[in-house]
Amino acid sequence: MARVTTADDTSSELSLRVNGTAHRLRLDHRTTLLDALREHLGLTGTKKGCDHGQCGACTVLVDTGLADTGLAGGPASGRRVNSCLLLAVMAQGTGITTIEGLAAPDGELHPLQAAFVERDALQCGYCTPGQICSAAAMLGEAAAGWPSAASASLSPQAGPVTLDAAEIRERMSGNLCRCGAYVNILAAITDVAREAP
Amino acid sequence: MRPFGYLTPPDPAAAIAAVTGRPGATFLAGGTNLVDLMKLGVATPDLLVDVTGLLPGRIEPVPGGGLRIGAGVRNSDLAADPRVRAGFPVLAQAVLAGASAQLRNMATVGGNLLQRTRCLYFQDVTKPCNKRVPGSGCPARAGDHRNLAILGGSPHCVATHPSDMAVALAALDAVVHVEGAAGPRALPLGELYRLPGDRPDRETTLERGDLITAVELPAPGLAARSAYRKVRDRASYAFGVASVAAALDVDGGVIRDARIALGAVAPLPWRARAAERVLAGRPATAEWFGRAADAELAEAAPLPDNAFKVTLVRNVVVRMLCELAGTELAGAAS
Repeated sequence: MARVTTADDTSSELSLRVNGTAHRLRLDHRTTLLDALREHLGLTGTKKGCDHGQCGACTVLVDTGLADTGLAGGPASGRRVNSCLLLAVMAQGTGITTIEGLAAPDGELHPLQAAFVERDALQCGYCTPGQICSAAAMLGEAAAGWPSAASASLSPQAGPVTLDAAEIRERMSGNLCRCGAYVNILAAITDVAREAP
Repeated sequence: MRPFGYLTPPDPAAAIAAVTGRPGATFLAGGTNLVDLMKLGVATPDLLVDVTGLLPGRIEPVPGGGLRIGAGVRNSDLAADPRVRAGFPVLAQAVLAGASAQLRNMATVGGNLLQRTRCLYFQDVTKPCNKRVPGSGCPARAGDHRNLAILGGSPHCVATHPSDMAVALAALDAVVHVEGAAGPRALPLGELYRLPGDRPDRETTLERGDLITAVELPAPGLAARSAYRKVRDRASYAFGVASVAAALDVDGGVIRDARIALGAVAPLPWRARAAERVLAGRPATAEWFGRAADAELAEAAPLPDNAFKVTLVRNVVVRMLCELAGTELAGAAS
């Protein structure tokens, strides 16, 4: 692994694979994945809200490229993480999907993007990229049968989760919306959850 | 944030040597707490030794029916594991009661155990804090302490341990596996943490360079009838105000065995042994559950703004045990 080097280097040459494109960067170790995306790669769709892992505006998806770190397996749609608490140097080698990478190559919106438009699931829009990335992974977690604190049963035999309002609210609690657009966010996610196979 | 070096050593021994040999070095796992503390200026390492690629990320059965959980297992994988959900429901529930889905995807089992208090004064470098700067004082006793400890605190510190997972592990008699410069060892979870006394900066019995590699759960047995209940200021994604992890073995209306641990009320996950002693051999009734809670809370030393936690803990314990026993709540009033 072409990672670092000596204990005294405070920056590293690293490769980040974002929305299918590999980028080679030299970054100060203090750079979070969020700042790398926004300030170094010009991908400003991912938002900085609290910068302390409390609001979810910075949510992005990481793929199973983190296999050697225990993040392997699980939902096929990727794993949602707070990019403000993930150092860019830790994300080396994994595939990262941001809001810019969710739509199809021909520009057709991801079903969640279309549902957020249809349901007017936003007011200022600042939390929206994080909400949508988070919801995309959440649908995969539910399909994989992951329970939540709102689940009636923890039984491993319970199978795929039925995403009622209580389940969606609990599973999306890591994404705050200061405008309070929760009612329509819930409606948008519910629409997509019902269409999901 | 202070500039720092970053290493991904080839094996645990190299990681342990890197941290042992450098006072400013620290292990990095999921980073959800450490990176935040670095942003706040509370943690100022000059070298991060990333162990996420080194720690076992698997949950494996051990002879006799227990489970060995690698320290690198992410919280989300722990809560989703079918064996954990079936055999140790209290643990799956506790993990799911903590943080957000995003954070649970990042945070590891080892890191969860070693996360730091969320006491406001500890996290604010412009304020004194005996835990952060020994001898600087504790503004919490006269200041904001609504969410701080009622059990196990000292005049020097009333911080609470914030983990939900660790409360379940305390009730389950989990064993922590550690590797260090002197080789591997195992210790009961109860021996991992220290009470603050006059040295609140020393939170665990680990030495510099000690690396938690796994947590082992004994065979389920009692744990199959177990649950976690957490009270917090909002419905989800908030640290606890009080929580209880409990397991109960009832036979013919009589309690054969009970395991109870309390969260968010003490500097460490608080095993309620006084309450457990009261319950052994007693009827599984709300009245006895209340007596047990009272026995544990007899040594509570609340401050003015968290005295409500004494009543809250009693109520949560009684309700939790009634649910586990299938007992009516009536008769619980003291």
